[in-house]
Amino acid sequence: MPKRIWAALLAGLLAAPALRAAPAALACEPEWGALVAAIGGERVSLKVATTARQDPHRVEARPSLLAAARRADLLVCTGADLEAGWLPVLLRRAGNPRIQPGQPGHLMAADHVTLLERPTRLDRADGDIHPGGNPHIHTDPRNVARVAAALTERLVRIDPEGEAGYRERFARFSADWDAALDRWRARAAPLAGVEVVVSHKAFPYLQAWLGLVEVAALEERPGVAPGPAHLQAVLQAIESRPVRMILSTPIDDPDAGRWLSERTGLPLVRLPYTVGGSPAARDLITLFDATLDRLLEALE
Amino acid sequence: MQQSVTASRLAMMVALALPGPAFADEGDLARLRAEMAALRAQYETRLAELEREVEALAAQPSATAPAPAPAPMGGARPAGASAFNPEVSLVLNGRYRHAEALEEPGITGFVKGGHGHEGEAHGDARRGFLLDESELVLAANVDHLFRGQLNLALVDETVEVEEAWIQTLALGHGATAKAGRFLSGIGYANGQHPHAWDFADPALMYVALFGEHGSYAQDGLQLSWVAPLEQWVEMGIELGRGSAFPGTERDRNGLGATAAFVRTGGDVGDSSSWRAGLSWLGTRAHERESHFEDAVSEEEVAGAFSGTSRMWIVDALWKWAPDGNPAARHLTLQAEAFRRVERGDLACVEDETPACADIGMGDYRTRQWGGYVQGVYQFRRGWRAGLRFDRLSTGTIDYGAASERLERPDFSPTRTSLMLDWSPSEFSRLRLQYARDRSVEAVTDHQWTLQYVMSLGAHPAHAF
Repeated sequence: MPKRIWAALLAGLLAAPALRAAPAALACEPEWGALVAAIGGERVSLKVATTARQDPHRVEARPSLLAAARRADLLVCTGADLEAGWLPVLLRRAGNPRIQPGQPGHLMAADHVTLLERPTRLDRADGDIHPGGNPHIHTDPRNVARVAAALTERLVRIDPEGEAGYRERFARFSADWDAALDRWRARAAPLAGVEVVVSHKAFPYLQAWLGLVEVAALEERPGVAPGPAHLQAVLQAIESRPVRMILSTPIDDPDAGRWLSERTGLPLVRLPYTVGGSPAARDLITLFDATLDRLLEALE
Repeated sequence: MQQSVTASRLAMMVALALPGPAFADEGDLARLRAEMAALRAQYETRLAELEREVEALAAQPSATAPAPAPAPMGGARPAGASAFNPEVSLVLNGRYRHAEALEEPGITGFVKGGHGHEGEAHGDARRGFLLDESELVLAANVDHLFRGQLNLALVDETVEVEEAWIQTLALGHGATAKAGRFLSGIGYANGQHPHAWDFADPALMYVALFGEHGSYAQDGLQLSWVAPLEQWVEMGIELGRGSAFPGTERDRNGLGATAAFVRTGGDVGDSSSWRAGLSWLGTRAHERESHFEDAVSEEEVAGAFSGTSRMWIVDALWKWAPDGNPAARHLTLQAEAFRRVERGDLACVEDETPACADIGMGDYRTRQWGGYVQGVYQFRRGWRAGLRFDRLSTGTIDYGAASERLERPDFSPTRTSLMLDWSPSEFSRLRLQYARDRSVEAVTDHQWTLQYVMSLGAHPAHAF
């Protein structure tokens, strides 16, 4: 390899610590990317590992993510084994001690909230289950508020110079969030006690927040496509119940949901699930606005 | 819960009322039954009301009623020393293989590698129902500085240590060091264990280069470094013992094999990602035995090669999925090529064979190349189809003074493989493969393989 390239790479290596005045963050999912953007503002350079159209269970440890993990000062992911298929590879191959478990730069959102649906038995015959509990925690906005507080503390620890800015943006975010929570609570009143069928068990936190009642899941086992026998069983189970809608995410396989929708006449409601999951869900606030819009629309 | 509360209250009421009903007539019994039913209905409505209230309270925003602090995680995890047990995973492999009976399995024009014993039909050449090696993997962080992993391949009568390494976690600046036995970082497919292969067998070039195992493992040290750039650039060097084919065990101090690699990659839009690499491996052999054909006597001559073996490998990989979400559909295109040069001396193992007696042996020089191209497409959830073309070239073979005497095949071994596999979950795979194998001169082998690959336990995440 020519000497010039080696010299350039060496210069890059030596210059790296000097360039790191403002922290770099790697967010595993769009919701945490939006949260980092809200609290970190312009000061934090951000890379989001997945888009709303990618299944965070299934993406791979792509070269671009390895490069981002190499340079990151802060890693913000869901945790609870949601990223078990790729995050361990990033951590081991990036050569970056700042984002290893136990470091301030390693923030797992699931460590800061109470997880639901913690399995009482662990057997792969039950599908792709998560031993710590259901990882889709951000669908309850109260969890987002808790993670926002934890994220602010981490940013302050990693980048004390930016503290004033982080605290100010967090205060603004919290005020907006509390106001939005009041608004959402008022709007969501008619949803309490409404029975739903879900595609993947992606919404237990949303259900707990809104008082929706999950009657059945189209996926018999998480992560495994449903078979016809199970779909028939779901059809029978909901026949005598006042189920109002079928909930799915942008990444769920729509076939089973469509089938049930045709059989029963129930609306198949595609919730945005995360930031960018629908054109209206541009940030965290509009994500929940859009989610409530779709749910209330389906109720009419 | 609702039912059990109601039931226990009813049981209590019945117990209190017992002395009366014991002497009551049938009319009293009916009246009591009706009262009980009414009470039950009342309680059920009241409980339902209470439940709704609890739900409404739970739905209060955190601003007005702060939610309870999250329960500490891991409360239910096992405590004590066993909680630190390493991640264990076990891969079970087996197959049914239908193929031609070959007199001399191997690849025409390429020295046979591996550690199989002479005359023993091993590795790929076996037919019928086969149990492949079972892989047992133990891995864990040693402490905050190191991680360790052990891969064992369990086959009849042998336990082979495929990998046993420790790796640094906190060197920083993008650097990682690995020591022990590990799959070398050269090429792309070299780092994959058999359960991660896209086909039932390794690419022909890997068999030609490294023997039946289809991968090169170093006993030594690896240093790798990821550059702090937007673009992923990783480079590494390996210093090893060099005892594995194409090298041999040599009793000496110092360095036996050196490898170096550089690779890069990135994304193209949301849907595609790529990776490309260049690697070099240099090793030495001392009295590496292999067989040659004497063109005059048509006898087999055992020769022993001593010298250097050096190779370059280039690799390229392209992965595509709609919106970058590989869950439903995805396509992987992959290609690698090598060029290997071996230089040194060839000596006779048994001096009395005619070739040795007549002309002796001397120089040995080969320049060979080859590669493969493959594509694997997942066309629906769990179902993949793949096509692979292998082609090698025996290249230039020069045996010096013995060139006239020893047969030097001029042949291009090729193979075309077609596979279809089904993975009901990420942990199981069933595969059907057909290959038209022309790696042995003058033989066209139609091979059919039906295979299962299942992993149990904590399965480690795979690299890109």
